[in-house]
Amino acid sequence: MFGTLVKKRDFYAGGLMTLLGAAVTLDSTTYTLGTLTHMGPGMFPLMLGITLTIVGMLILGAAITTPLSDDEGILPEKPEWFAWGCILAGPIAFIILGEFFGLVLATFACVFIPALGDRTATLKGSAILAAGVTFFGVLLFSYVLKIPFPLFQLGH
Amino acid sequence: MFSTALTDLWYGFGVALEPHNVMWCFIGVFVGNMVGVLPGMGPLATISILLPLTFGIKPVGAILMLAGVFYGSQYGGAICSILLNLPCHPPHAVTCLDGFPLTKRGRGGAALGICVISSFVGASWGITEMIFLAPILVEVALKFGPAEICSLMLLGLLAGSTLARGSPLKGVAMTVCGLLIGIVGSDIETGTPRFTFGIPNLFDGVEIVALALGLFGIAEFMKSVNQLSEVDTKYTNVKFSDLRPTREEFRRAVPAMFRGTIIGSLCALIPGTGPTIASFISYATEKKISKTPEKFGTGMIEGVACPEASTHSSVQGDFIPTMSLGIPGDAVMALILGALMIQGIVPGPQLISEHPDIFWGLIASFWVGNIILVVLNVPMIGLWVKLLTIPYKYLYPSAMFFVAIGVYSTNNDMFEVGEVVLIGLFGYVLLLLDFHPAPILLGFVLGPRFEENFRRAMLISRGDIFVFVKHPISAVFIGLCVLLIVMQIYVRLRSPKSLPTEMALPGDHHRKVSEAAE
Repeated sequence: MFGTLVKKRDFYAGGLMTLLGAAVTLDSTTYTLGTLTHMGPGMFPLMLGITLTIVGMLILGAAITTPLSDDEGILPEKPEWFAWGCILAGPIAFIILGEFFGLVLATFACVFIPALGDRTATLKGSAILAAGVTFFGVLLFSYVLKIPFPLFQLGH
Repeated sequence: MFSTALTDLWYGFGVALEPHNVMWCFIGVFVGNMVGVLPGMGPLATISILLPLTFGIKPVGAILMLAGVFYGSQYGGAICSILLNLPCHPPHAVTCLDGFPLTKRGRGGAALGICVISSFVGASWGITEMIFLAPILVEVALKFGPAEICSLMLLGLLAGSTLARGSPLKGVAMTVCGLLIGIVGSDIETGTPRFTFGIPNLFDGVEIVALALGLFGIAEFMKSVNQLSEVDTKYTNVKFSDLRPTREEFRRAVPAMFRGTIIGSLCALIPGTGPTIASFISYATEKKISKTPEKFGTGMIEGVACPEASTHSSVQGDFIPTMSLGIPGDAVMALILGALMIQGIVPGPQLISEHPDIFWGLIASFWVGNIILVVLNVPMIGLWVKLLTIPYKYLYPSAMFFVAIGVYSTNNDMFEVGEVVLIGLFGYVLLLLDFHPAPILLGFVLGPRFEENFRRAMLISRGDIFVFVKHPISAVFIGLCVLLIVMQIYVRLRSPKSLPTEMALPGDHHRKVSEAAE
């Protein structure tokens, strides 16, 4: 039975919620609980943690009682690891380049890197797109909305 | 009552028609419509992306603009659904059923025209309802003590999470997650930092913009990248003159429109049943009372008019609890409420008396905005149709920039950008596990007030947990909560794996569409 259970998506969904709930429950006991009349900072999180643990277990329980369907894969049929990485790398590049080199380069990287994630993307096409967004984005945010962010700088 | 409502409304029009407010409303509707048309951009993503742009505006202008963005993007989504069969927003899944076949027959323009009229009719009715119901609701709500507020919030949270899409249990889990994320930061009473992992940037709590952009921006992009097939634009050649429905089409659409409006406004009164359920129910009703039910799905104009009218009337109705009680019905309303809080305005029943300019200005601006929407869409349909052809591969990288700069501008701090990446990753994991992250936002927005009122209720009742059932009004809310849970269990035991929305519309091909919507 356990063999079919580990194939189910809800097994992981329920498991994740149970773990999260348990972690919150444990962590909230490190804050002052107080009494019901004078609730401390830990009481409400403790109640939520317990609720989440129970709900997580119920999801797990439902996973056990429902028959295995043929659509249980967690990852999509064609996992897009590269594209996912590109999308997440965009804002990370924005942070690093923004801290050290200013808004223009940060914006360019933040558009350029995610654009590479598309299967049909070319370096040239992505660069043109990034340049265009940089131009209009800087115009909008720096000159119209006046966000305090130097356009170019070197070092922090 | 009638005359005070009219005086207040007159005052509201005074606010909404101030030139700069009209301008913000126009910008909101225009940009919202423009972004909403883009395939793959639903209203949630649109509002989250445009939310940071409103920070510099005064509260009234900001809220008017955001409301404009919302119905602009919703209408834009309707264009995308009818012409491309791509519903980016769940309520539009039903509009596709008959909207796209009409497009294939070359009557897509007429469907869009009917869509404009029905959304206007639906919205107008919803606004009227709001004018008269909201003040009554406020009068009742002002008498509520912490126990009543608490039970009402519990009902709102429960309804919002169990009646939405997907498994109700997972919805509850998401709401609890949202409440927990709302706890992050300093405790209101003692100042103890909670769940901050010792990071000082988290002492003020998680930014709502980062949460929304992570869940509805980054996570959605990760889900959709390389998944959206090339859009088929061969039917999208719609011109201004095509919008006019024939006399026959108009005659058939009008009664459907009114029925949809009524259904939508009824659905808005039941907490948690948002526009999605309203549109499904109205389509099913229309099919049932039609003389030719078998023709639905092949391009019946009623099948476009009815759900669109009910969606818009229920959306306007959803503003009633949001603005008068401070309890949002779905994630969109939670975002708008979050925007109010960013502006330093405390939502709740006192809002109407403390900020009448916001409340009545917003109501009046709904009309102004809906007229702008009609005026904008009729002549500019050609432009919108062109926007449909923008491929996703150019869209999401550009949106990534707006995500990054948007969260940066909340505090002018890079920390929030890191936050949005982590939330996006977490959101995508949730999506992979079949969770719908929308209730997270609901819990997040309501969380701090829920805890505050809960603590206060406990303090007043001296730690008596049964205070919630001892007060009669509060007991009614708790009773409704129990009823809701029992109903969910009953539905689940009778027909496992079926959702209330799916039961409302038996048929084989709607499943495909509703899946496409997700």
